[in-house]
Amino acid sequence: MGELIHLVVSGTATGAIYALAALGFTLLWQASNTVNFAQGEFVMLPAFMMLFFIGTLGTPLWLAFLLTCPVAMLLLGYTFKRVIVDPLIRHGVIPLVIATLGLAIGLKQLVKASVTAQAQPFDSAFPNGLLTMGTITVSYADVGTLLLAGMIVIGLQLFLNRTLTGRAMQAVAQNTEAAKVLGINVQRMVLYTFLINAVLAVVTALLITPTYLAKFDMGESIGLKAFYAAIIGGFNQARGALLGGVLVGVLENLTGAYVSAAYKEGVALLLFMIVIIVRPEGLLGKPEERKV
Amino acid sequence: MNRTRRAILVVALMVGALLPLFLKSYGIYLLTLLCVYLMPAFGLNLIVGYAGQMSIGQGAFYGIGAYIAALLMTKAGIPFWLVLPVAATSCFTIGLALGFPALRVQHHYLAFATLGFNVLVYLVMRNEEQLTGGTFGMSNIPRPSLFGYSFDGALPFFYLTYVSLLALGCVLWWLLRSPWGRAFAALRDNPIRAESTGVNITAYTLLAFAIGAACAGIGGAYLAALVNFIEPGQFGVSVSLTMLLAVIVGGSGRFFGPVLGSAIVILLPEWLRFLQDWYLTLFGFAVIVMMIFLPGGLLSFADRLKTRRRAP
Repeated sequence: MGELIHLVVSGTATGAIYALAALGFTLLWQASNTVNFAQGEFVMLPAFMMLFFIGTLGTPLWLAFLLTCPVAMLLLGYTFKRVIVDPLIRHGVIPLVIATLGLAIGLKQLVKASVTAQAQPFDSAFPNGLLTMGTITVSYADVGTLLLAGMIVIGLQLFLNRTLTGRAMQAVAQNTEAAKVLGINVQRMVLYTFLINAVLAVVTALLITPTYLAKFDMGESIGLKAFYAAIIGGFNQARGALLGGVLVGVLENLTGAYVSAAYKEGVALLLFMIVIIVRPEGLLGKPEERKV
Repeated sequence: MNRTRRAILVVALMVGALLPLFLKSYGIYLLTLLCVYLMPAFGLNLIVGYAGQMSIGQGAFYGIGAYIAALLMTKAGIPFWLVLPVAATSCFTIGLALGFPALRVQHHYLAFATLGFNVLVYLVMRNEEQLTGGTFGMSNIPRPSLFGYSFDGALPFFYLTYVSLLALGCVLWWLLRSPWGRAFAALRDNPIRAESTGVNITAYTLLAFAIGAACAGIGGAYLAALVNFIEPGQFGVSVSLTMLLAVIVGGSGRFFGPVLGSAIVILLPEWLRFLQDWYLTLFGFAVIVMMIFLPGGLLSFADRLKTRRRAP
């Protein structure tokens, strides 16, 4: 029983990290119909930025994190939107998808060629050790991850629902034309979404890299989990990304422990296939109407 | 196809046939590899360029074909010519099973499904050691022979691959010129209108996907015979990604687009060896630049010039 709870807790923690990446992915989709296939590389790059600040400038991890956030917002938020998304979005979804695929390869190989092809260790933001309560043991890292991810999700929800800017962003996501008519600066709201996505990617990097290690191809796995979490939960619902992420994380952990460690990576695919057969709009999603 | 284009095609085919006579063995190997690579690439062009769907799993079908060929030829001693139809039909069937759920939902779901499928196939190749040899792969895959004539040598095997590729190309060409193929163009250009004229979108797209997968299966069998040794790394997600980008860079939806694109990813790195990992870095960023300025691929450049000249 204690083992099961431990597996569920650590699975939920991993799932919460997937959910953060998936959340950014859904926000981009809602605000600007951008399917970002470089989402995993958007997590990989901040991991190396933080390592750069720690290794070259000798800053502690928390300062490296704070320094990486604005750099990521500039590169992965603002520059990504202005240079790649803005010129391509007019042509529809597919050209942009291909451009982000190119971006994914380019970023991966750039890090491989200019930094290193080896996996780099990355310190955890939380202390080592286990927390024991009766028969239940959980690690500090899992608890810390859950708390941090939970705070970010709640904070983001409060921002989106309670502030004027947040509600304007939701209006843009729901109906761009109507939002424009109401005098909302659509481009600025879309830009905010890109900036939030960049910060979410940095947080994801901070939480996942201690287990994944910083490597040029670490984004492949995390990106794939983020897509699946988003689709399983419902592509057009932010809550869906959370549910999808946690579901994938927990089931992966249980499969790894009780069924087959070798096929742990296949769980997300299986869940995804079942969901698109039974409920194509995702568990919490609403069906999208087709425009003629 | 007008007269100049036909002349260019004939000359190109002649050059392709005669070039290996003047090359050393490594050059012949590269040309053969290009011919083999073009089989899945032509299939992928059918999916991407004609049916308008994204597939990031062509490498998985390529791998399934290669592993089926390796298993049947080394462990069961079945001749290459019987292995080919098995590889093709297996990939066709798996393609149907994978595409059916994914294509019920429009958008980019096929892209995600094929991506995950590729990961799964890679895991099976790596983990099922008793069957696939795991990370050690499978070696000593024989080359085919026909009526006692063996295609062991570099040149004979090149010509076998070249002729097979031409045959596959002719079948696909005929397919696209048939009424069935014409429906594709309608599908890609305006799916809703095509549907209203009685084209069953899902069935056509699904068939295109499965046929594309079968082409990859055939290519995989030739690859196994060419390199004699296969391992999971040859069929990972990055292989599928590179192939997709090759088709798009060449010009998806143009019959000869994959030829140009595949040459860029197979032959060009050999001349640009000094660039090492920077080659793919440049390739990735070049794809972005191309999508912004020339979204139709390199082969659309000539058309672009023509329309610009015509415009005042």
